[in-house]
Amino acid sequence: MPTLLDKIWDPHVVADLGNGWSLLYCDRVLVHDLSGGRALQEVGEAGYPVARPDLVFATPDHAVSSAPGRTSETFPTGARLLAGLRKRVAETGVRMFDLGEDGNGIVHVMGPELGIVLPGTTLVCGDSHTCTNGGVGALAFGIGASELKHVLATQTLPQRKPRSMRIRFEGAAPAGVTPKDMILAAIGRFGAAAGTGYAVEYAGSAVRALSVEGRLTLCNLSIEMGAKMGMVAADDTTFQWLHGRDFAPKGASWDAAVAAWRKLPSDDDAVFDRDLLIDMRDIAPQITWGTSPEQVLPVTGIVPNPADAPDDEKRNAWEAALTYMGLTPGAPIAGTKVDWVFIGSCTNSRIEDLRAAAEVLRGRKVANHVTAWVVPGSERVKHEAEAEGLDAAFREAGFEWREPGCALCVAANGESVPPGARCVSTSNRNFVGRQGTGARTHLASPAMAAAAAVAGAIADVRHYAA
Amino acid sequence: MEKFTTVSGPAAPLLRANVDTDVIIPIQRLVGTGRTGLGPYAFERLRYEKDGSDNPDFVLNRPQYRGSPILLAGPNFGCGSSREGAVWALMGMGFRAVIAPSFGDIFFNNCSQNGMLPIVLPMDIIDRIAAETEAAQGARHTTVDLARQLVVTPDGTEIPFTVDGRKKEALLLGLDDIALTLRLKDRIEGWYAADRAARPWTWEGVER
Repeated sequence: MPTLLDKIWDPHVVADLGNGWSLLYCDRVLVHDLSGGRALQEVGEAGYPVARPDLVFATPDHAVSSAPGRTSETFPTGARLLAGLRKRVAETGVRMFDLGEDGNGIVHVMGPELGIVLPGTTLVCGDSHTCTNGGVGALAFGIGASELKHVLATQTLPQRKPRSMRIRFEGAAPAGVTPKDMILAAIGRFGAAAGTGYAVEYAGSAVRALSVEGRLTLCNLSIEMGAKMGMVAADDTTFQWLHGRDFAPKGASWDAAVAAWRKLPSDDDAVFDRDLLIDMRDIAPQITWGTSPEQVLPVTGIVPNPADAPDDEKRNAWEAALTYMGLTPGAPIAGTKVDWVFIGSCTNSRIEDLRAAAEVLRGRKVANHVTAWVVPGSERVKHEAEAEGLDAAFREAGFEWREPGCALCVAANGESVPPGARCVSTSNRNFVGRQGTGARTHLASPAMAAAAAVAGAIADVRHYAA
Repeated sequence: MEKFTTVSGPAAPLLRANVDTDVIIPIQRLVGTGRTGLGPYAFERLRYEKDGSDNPDFVLNRPQYRGSPILLAGPNFGCGSSREGAVWALMGMGFRAVIAPSFGDIFFNNCSQNGMLPIVLPMDIIDRIAAETEAAQGARHTTVDLARQLVVTPDGTEIPFTVDGRKKEALLLGLDDIALTLRLKDRIEGWYAADRAARPWTWEGVER
């Protein structure tokens, strides 16, 4: 009967607080430069010690330059934040993976990569894309500054158990369809608020077939559907991927862990509050056209006309989005001229993402008018990619090969897409101003982004098969 | 945390769907800044012209809604990023309550951590409050009474709303969650000791 959610949530309840609230134990906490230093400082100033510094891990990622040859001083505002974080982790005994060090990277890339997050664990971080970590079968969610302070002081959080939703993706992935396309298609179909109040479990044959990297991408966009938690049950794919990672259990302990983790998947007769199905045959490579991730089309689609909107609210939203994006209703989305391409972010900056993009670029060149950046998700991804020669492949095609961090996903590091410029981005948010004031963002997979860079316009990756 | 009991004033309408936290406060304003002083940057991409002057077409710039303590919003308000700065910016603008048909989960939790009350009401009621306020040019007020769990519209209609009991108490008294939780410190440590024995693999890799 129990779901994966039940099997992780229930054993983590320290106390029933009444009114449907539980005090939930947080097995791991991740902090980053944007809010981590302040949170640690505020806990201290309030007179509380950090409850379990051994369960807290820090990495600078948000406000660090991604420029080749960068140092922590390259972006001065971020340098002050990083100095604050360094001071507080030193005082409190929190482990930090500092800029340029092995283990450093985007918080939701380095967490799984180091085995900090494990199946069946709870993990929180002051970042909404913490749901990414659910890709290894954990219950992971983003929290605000006050909740972060609470968890640092107590290792727990008062939370209400979310409702359960399952989305099954059944069938084989059609050509050009990646995990990014799967989740964008789901958001397009169900809406940007469909998951509000839910924890989403992704299941079905197409999810089972995904690598852990792909599952992390899938879970990453849960929050763009409104769900602060997304999960894929751990299986042999997960165990093989996690085995030997820095903080994963070793030896006999590993064997005991795997035996326990095998009992975590939802029971066959588990009932979900909402159970949805997507046939993989219905998914084509996706590209967003608007300023909400739900405003998404297959790349073969045409820009929608507000006159066709189902209601006034949508009509107004579509009109505002089309104006901001500078698009014409009725025109094919493919062929729309692009100025920038960004491959990176906690959504799509892992080794498989870089391989997929490099595959499209092989023997091709970035269009002259396009500025194209690739920002690996972590030091390890960067070194692995360089060992495979991917950096050279990107450079030869005309991409800039940059240093790990959040970079153009959130534009908190002094880097941004210029006003009015159009960017195909592998990140997770196409919100107004997200990549810079006036920047126009189209979300897509790494391969689609690479195809757009080559075409100089939004392009169907299926025409660029290797 | 600031207490919340009752709040009264013109209710300002921002009735579009999916207003995300990037729109409420751009990340650039939160890099290296504190919890205060963010009011002038709330909604800045909608609120100001390129030259920094007020955008006269932005509804919250209209004289009758300036300094309004109640924001009327559309579905999925506060979706997106976990930045608590979105709440700090709204409070800096003077808002103490937001009424919407639905909210982003993380934003919703962040509100009550700061003495801001998020209220879920159906869109038709929100539209009605907006229409009544507009008809009176903002001269008639809406009241939010947390103790009685009522929104009183400009025309005097009392609309009940639900609020989580735990959050209601915390807002009414301005309670600090951490102090309450630490009363359970023995249970937290007891939970850990039991789990350490039951699931040693979760802990062995990270312990020092």
